[in-house]
Amino acid sequence: MAAPSSGRRLPPALDRRNGAWWLDRAVQVAVFAAGISAIVFILGIFVFISAEGVGFLTSRFDAGEFFGSINWRPTSDTRPTYGILALIAGTASVTGLAMLLAVPFSLGAAIYIAEYATGRTREILKVLVELLAAIPSVVWGFIGLSIMNPLIIRVFDVPVGLTVLNAGVILGLMAAPIMTTIAEDALKAVPDRYREAAEAMGATRWQVIRRVVLPAGKNGLVAAVLLGVGRGFGETMAVLMASGHSINLPTSPFDSVRALTATIAAELGETAVGSEHYRALFTLGILLFLVTFIINLTADLIVRGPRRR
Amino acid sequence: MFRATPLNARNRRRQELVRLLFGLMTGLLILPVLVIMAVLIVKGAPAITPTFLFSEPTQGMTAGGILPALVGTIWLVVVALIASVPIGVAAAIYLSEYAPDNWLTRVINLAIINLAGVPSIVHALFGVGAFVLFFRFGTSILAASLTLAVMSLPVVIVATRESLQAVPQAFREACWNMGATRWQTIRTVVLPNSGSGILTGIILEVSRAAGETAPIMFTGAALFLPFLPHSVFDQTMALSLHLFVISTQVPDVPEAMPYGTALVLITLVLAMNALSIGFRMWLRGRKKW
Repeated sequence: MAAPSSGRRLPPALDRRNGAWWLDRAVQVAVFAAGISAIVFILGIFVFISAEGVGFLTSRFDAGEFFGSINWRPTSDTRPTYGILALIAGTASVTGLAMLLAVPFSLGAAIYIAEYATGRTREILKVLVELLAAIPSVVWGFIGLSIMNPLIIRVFDVPVGLTVLNAGVILGLMAAPIMTTIAEDALKAVPDRYREAAEAMGATRWQVIRRVVLPAGKNGLVAAVLLGVGRGFGETMAVLMASGHSINLPTSPFDSVRALTATIAAELGETAVGSEHYRALFTLGILLFLVTFIINLTADLIVRGPRRR
Repeated sequence: MFRATPLNARNRRRQELVRLLFGLMTGLLILPVLVIMAVLIVKGAPAITPTFLFSEPTQGMTAGGILPALVGTIWLVVVALIASVPIGVAAAIYLSEYAPDNWLTRVINLAIINLAGVPSIVHALFGVGAFVLFFRFGTSILAASLTLAVMSLPVVIVATRESLQAVPQAFREACWNMGATRWQTIRTVVLPNSGSGILTGIILEVSRAAGETAPIMFTGAALFLPFLPHSVFDQTMALSLHLFVISTQVPDVPEAMPYGTALVLITLVLAMNALSIGFRMWLRGRKKW
């Protein structure tokens, strides 16, 4: 009657708990442990960063100065200040410009690959986009430094080429393939019978895309853009190398700026473990972690929300 | 019988125009990168000589080669793989073969997405806080590789899960009907039928880990170490960090050197990716079901 796994007092003849059964159990426990490792690591990241940063939050942190001041002078001998307004402005301007450039092209490319391209062309385009997404960020940074920089100086006749424009273009090129891939997946997820129904009504390809495919895939497209923003926001090396890395409230694309991520990358190596400056950098890390967490969570809710209902 | 009305003609013209526009956008997305590649190759290729690849940097990194960085990157990637592949594959087995559709599975999936989305510099901070300081590995290959392993875990999990889920359910059911346990089914039916798909994911992880800079900067990669590492507790140079250093920190580096380093790094990463993509296509063509 009772299944071997739940029966406690089975007659020996029915007890099938042999070596294979126990091995099966052991494996089940092991893969479950691995399965929840992702949760453990995410919590671990938060705990370990908080553990290093909390000293700053409790002793030195002043929300007004932290978010309201543009003075990031952690190494000042007389009175160090920790204002991240300029860093936020730097990150926001670079990410904003990158999205302005990358979103239209990514969505356009996604539409082309998903709806127009066929057969071999489609395969080749998909592979190219995937390869673009694989270029390491330090190589992008190097490109910003050694190719974009002289190009901007020459074309726009400006003294410095390591600017919002440079970092924005580089970041746009980096984020575009990822957004294209996710957006293309979202469009592919729209069932073909929607398209067929619309075509049967005499709609042209463009009408099908505009009136049927795009509205149906809207959530996925929004998520793609959000993940692109998250990627741009969190990018470190490329922004560090291409943005000029000087504290500034940018007023034009030709100003140099400094990003939140780049600040950590540039300064962590010079700080003493446990110092106020060191803890302030970990506090920046907490901020970055929370913002990307919210972005990813929102993207996930947008994609999965309707399916659950 | 049928004649195009002016409306048809206009629609068709507009249709062509829209198609052209989207095609153009795709082209503009890809073209700049092809141009950049061409520049990298033209300026970097002359620098790549046997001496460049197989000798140590000399004269304050303004001359010589990239051997310690190349070897260091291989160390970092291999140790990261050893740490992350078993966990990643096991996690994928759980998600594909065991996990019920409940809140816990949803949280796990969310954690994977977040692990992939956390900025690399935050992973670096985690590596410093956890592996360098808390576990007292110091700045070493071990600490840097573990940081890379945590960072690239989602790549392995997602690729493996996909290839496991591609195995038809009927295969499993047939095996269960023979009285096999779940694990026997996984070991003898599911894994052999998805092994090459898992390999694709691992190659992808190699390419990801090899290119990362921020996570290894403070956890184990050194700016300049003119000898090769001997154990996982040594520090090491790495190709990605070397590119950063010679293009920003060191004055008077001859132009060809950073270009050459960038070309080696990008060739390594893209070759790995192309291998993974080619392998995936070959598998798809060979699939029997």
